[in-house]
Amino acid sequence: MPPLLSVDNLVKAFPGVRAVDGISFSVREGQCFGLLGPNGAGKTTTLEILEGITDPDGGEILFRGAPRDTHFRELIGIQFQHTALQDFQTVEESLQLFASFYSRHRPRQELIELCNLGELLTRDTRKLSGGQRQRLLLAIALVNDPDLVFLDEPTTGLDPQSRRNFWQLIDGIKAAGKTVLLTTHYMEEASVLCDEIAVIDRGRIIDQGVPERLLAAHFPRALVRVPLAALPDASDLLPGFEVRGSHATAATDDIDQTLAVLNEHAVALDELHVSAPTLDDLFLKLTGHGLRES
Amino acid sequence: MNLRRIFAVFIARNREFYRDKAGLGWNIFMPVVMVLGFAFIFANSDEQLYKVGVLHNDGTGTPFLQTRHIAFIAQDDADAAMDKLRYHRIDLLIDLAQPQRYWINEQSARGYVVERLLRASTMPDTAMLQRAVVSGRAIRYVDWVLPGILGMNVMFSSLWGVGWVIVRYRKNGVLRRLRATPLTAGEFLIAQIVSRLLVVLTVNVLVFISTNLLLDFPMRGSYLALAAVFTTGAIALISLGLTVSARVRSEELADGVLNLMSWPMLVLSGVWFSLEGTNVWAQRVAELLPLTHIVDAARRIMLDGAGLADVMFEIGLLASIAVILLSLAIRAFRWN
Repeated sequence: MPPLLSVDNLVKAFPGVRAVDGISFSVREGQCFGLLGPNGAGKTTTLEILEGITDPDGGEILFRGAPRDTHFRELIGIQFQHTALQDFQTVEESLQLFASFYSRHRPRQELIELCNLGELLTRDTRKLSGGQRQRLLLAIALVNDPDLVFLDEPTTGLDPQSRRNFWQLIDGIKAAGKTVLLTTHYMEEASVLCDEIAVIDRGRIIDQGVPERLLAAHFPRALVRVPLAALPDASDLLPGFEVRGSHATAATDDIDQTLAVLNEHAVALDELHVSAPTLDDLFLKLTGHGLRES
Repeated sequence: MNLRRIFAVFIARNREFYRDKAGLGWNIFMPVVMVLGFAFIFANSDEQLYKVGVLHNDGTGTPFLQTRHIAFIAQDDADAAMDKLRYHRIDLLIDLAQPQRYWINEQSARGYVVERLLRASTMPDTAMLQRAVVSGRAIRYVDWVLPGILGMNVMFSSLWGVGWVIVRYRKNGVLRRLRATPLTAGEFLIAQIVSRLLVVLTVNVLVFISTNLLLDFPMRGSYLALAAVFTTGAIALISLGLTVSARVRSEELADGVLNLMSWPMLVLSGVWFSLEGTNVWAQRVAELLPLTHIVDAARRIMLDGAGLADVMFEIGLLASIAVILLSLAIRAFRWN
């Protein structure tokens, strides 16, 4: 069985920049696939090409093994990063409007419950909070019971509480067997939601795989960090440590041994920090710059 | 083409229109203020002076030209002068070339008074003067200008009502969101046309009724023909607005282009005055403007009693303009 979506050597250039520079990947049915990268990495452009909103300069896109046809739009749902809804409509009217565009529908009541919109139905869409608005946009993306759901930075701008609530909604979608393709620059979001991620920087995929396996491939079990100020002599690094920002960091499989090194050099352990490597660390290692800089 | 989708967009656009109280007020308020303004202007149009048009004034004159409280206005074109007499823009027309003649509009009370003055001043040579009555039915200027005002309403409402809205939708991302659905450009644009057409025609009917109550203008022709002219005209002008807004992203640019289109029409389409006797090029350009044909047909229906068959040419022309512009707009339309 072919993958639900397969992308081969996608290219898109804008004046002065190759926004998408030879991206290839494939998404299996029922999978949650994440495109991870900083702002401007080419995630949104890639997503828009796949959605059919933007035409690529080159590359091939297959949906269920065949080029996308006009019917493709009936089968996908999209939540844009920046979007406006028509003014002077209530939540319910907006849902009705979008539902009328499709021949297939998810039952209205089910959708309202899934996205927790019950109390907001008669509210003007301009009077929704950030989280409420994202829930409505998600409901609109699901109104045609799509096989493939595109979510572009679905939780950007939400407070932590709303973000976690939104993750639960997406878990619900995954549980219903839908395939999800999302972009994010939140590492935590990618590790919570995605079965597979592709790390994108400057229009290229720099690594790809299951989050845990990616981390295991690039890092030992733990990261041990101490502030540079705690070292006896900052210019003379301890064996196994390297400087990252204001900290000396050692990646290790044997925490006891690393602690022994620190003791041996009489380093104060007050601000010692031991953690499992995160996708943030991975991104830093792969690109040489942080996710929120660039 | 999917009617269900067109209908859904139509309903949503209507809601947006009538729930926007400020915009709705403006759409109703503007034409009513205009009507009241006209009622006021024309109710108080009794100037102190009588107006007499003079053809072939070689300066030798006649004692009549010395009469006080009469404005004597030189005329170059006999036909245009006759029109003015017919539309009460002058009270009497005198031709000083031999044999001296004058025309009056028998519907005009002022014309009667001026004629008495003329005959009194030319005694005892009155017999030398040949009297004639202007032919055709006499009408007031307000009767003549009203079809122009209705046409102008249709133009402004049609051009801005869709052009502006679509540029706003494009700018704030509503169009991008719609593009991601199976909705087609044709379906979307047709829904916009139908929604705006409903607004244009409703407001026009309201203006027609209220103006008639205030000014009691003549409506001598077919209501069906008038409705057909305004409907095809509105569709043509809405399509023009759609063509302008097919790709524009900035409201300022859209506003500028719409102004660039509407002002020549306002001046050249004969809304306020006839282009009879003016620059030939201006008249040629006017022939190309949809509003010219709307106003011309509406005038023939309301003033001359034309029926549907008499304005078929204009209806056909406006419908063709609509079809051409709409297919252009659908082809040129960009969601982004």
